[in-house]
Amino acid sequence: MKPSKIKTLKGKKPDEAPDAISRRSFLSILWSALGLAALMEFLWMTFSFLRPAKPGSAENQANTVIHAGAVASFAPGTVTAFQSGEFYIVRLDDGGLLALSCKCTHLGCTVPWIEKEKKFLCPCHASAFDITGNVINSPATRSLDIFPVIIENNIVRVDTGKRIKRGNFDPKQVIYPPKV
Amino acid sequence: MTPAADPPRHLFKPLSTLALHFRPRRVAEKTLNFTLTWGLGGMATVLVSLQLFTGILLKFTYAPVPTQAYASLARLQEGYLFGQLVRSIHFWSANLLVVVVCLHGLRVFFTGGFHLPRRLNWVVGLSLLILVLASNLTGYLLPWDQLAYWATIICVSMLEYIPVIGSRLQQVVLGGHQIGPATLRSFFAMHTAVFPALIVMLMAFHFWRVRKAGGLVIPRSPAEEPDDNPAMVPTHPDLLLREAALALATIAGVLVLSLLYDAPLGQPANPGLSPNPTKAPWYFAGIQELLMHFHPGVALLIAAALTIGAFCLPYLNYNEAPAGVWFASVNGRRTARAAAMFAAGITPLIIILDEYAVRFLTLPPGLPQAFSHGLIPTALFIAAVVGLYVLLARKFQASRLESVQAVFVFLVVGWVILTATCVIFRGEGMKLRWPF
Repeated sequence: MKPSKIKTLKGKKPDEAPDAISRRSFLSILWSALGLAALMEFLWMTFSFLRPAKPGSAENQANTVIHAGAVASFAPGTVTAFQSGEFYIVRLDDGGLLALSCKCTHLGCTVPWIEKEKKFLCPCHASAFDITGNVINSPATRSLDIFPVIIENNIVRVDTGKRIKRGNFDPKQVIYPPKV
Repeated sequence: MTPAADPPRHLFKPLSTLALHFRPRRVAEKTLNFTLTWGLGGMATVLVSLQLFTGILLKFTYAPVPTQAYASLARLQEGYLFGQLVRSIHFWSANLLVVVVCLHGLRVFFTGGFHLPRRLNWVVGLSLLILVLASNLTGYLLPWDQLAYWATIICVSMLEYIPVIGSRLQQVVLGGHQIGPATLRSFFAMHTAVFPALIVMLMAFHFWRVRKAGGLVIPRSPAEEPDDNPAMVPTHPDLLLREAALALATIAGVLVLSLLYDAPLGQPANPGLSPNPTKAPWYFAGIQELLMHFHPGVALLIAAALTIGAFCLPYLNYNEAPAGVWFASVNGRRTARAAAMFAAGITPLIIILDEYAVRFLTLPPGLPQAFSHGLIPTALFIAAVVGLYVLLARKFQASRLESVQAVFVFLVVGWVILTATCVIFRGEGMKLRWPF
């Protein structure tokens, strides 16, 4: 704050009631600050209001783990679609299991499995993926997302709440059922 | 003058004085020429009014819940007198509004209506265009049919490619991690409250800036000097009657279109089955076509750069400001024509080459995708734009304004061709086809 400058603007002499003027400018700054604070409060309120709920919260947890079926019901070298429309269970030729997302990594269309050509083919922009989810035809740039597979008592479960993004297929992502 | 002697005038006087309150008393006679404005701004205003009117009616019948939305529209079309018509008017005036606002912007640009004192109004107008696009996109989802559902998925998935904030932004837009009831609720709220309110407020600002600038640019030929004392005519009746006639003609046109062609309502949305092909709404088809050829990050970068560039157009320190002259000058017309022809030739050529012959995206082999799909096409694109600019400045002795205008023409024509390619010339599996 520069009292001298304000004084000349108001056309008053320097020795004339400098306190009154600086009080006025002090108060207007105070009011502006309060106004700004009120604005911030409303902005904060708006953003908190519109922020989506966390997917991992306790109430959602129970619904995201899906019971897929017995290990034996997935023959090696097959792809099984699930009614929920969110994932495929892939049983590789060596018996390993993968849960692949149905969502094309390009622009989010649902990719059907073409059994005849042994690939996932996106109807929207012709991206193609092999059985492990790797891209064999652009425009998609990443492999299909995967979900964690849990095998307990020879039952396959998939946690659809934890989508895992990946660049490429890695053998470590495959889950093998325990040998009996 | 006694009121009794002239009853009709007395009857309308409150209305005409109200209209005059918003408008200047007199306007320059030459700005009334239809070939200056083509009535585009007025048409846009009428279409927005139609949108508000039909939108409010629709709001009485629509249920913004995924399980009921489709059924509520089906019921509207079958169970309500004029239900289908009201929806068709809303649909057609929404689509026409995008076209009319774009054409209006082109008219303003090519008649030099973006120089001082109209600079800020260019920015306001572009913001209005963006709001109109946002309204259209949020409205596109509401029918919750296959077309709506998948087009929205495509558009929202594009957000994911924005660096750093992309995924978060996508979650905010969707109201969660995937498209669902929260998405429909938030799109409905944006479509029926936020965007209309912003549009109406900005329109008021837009009109006020027109009046502050002293009305429209006064048309003249390149050889003519600007007229400091143009002939004036009274706003009422000369301008208001023309506007009323244009408004009625626009409404009649929309009505005829809506009676002839119903707004489409396809199969209910099925999240497990993407239709083939799935396309974004036509006004975003240009971006989708870019995505066919560029790495998604690059395509979005180009779209963002073009948008920012459009906002900067009035602020590029031109040496001249030829308001009212179509295409700025005689040389401006030549360079604009050359740029349009260049774009009309090279854009289809690149699209067809990329589709059938060279596959630029996979060249050269072995490089990481960020290079082959990313840096190389970006460099090519920037080189093309800069090259065009330099070529124009050298070969045609074009001034900065003329060169910028030519680059603008090049990009607009290219964009129109990209859009048309995606909408008309792509069929099953997004392969090129000949539709006729």
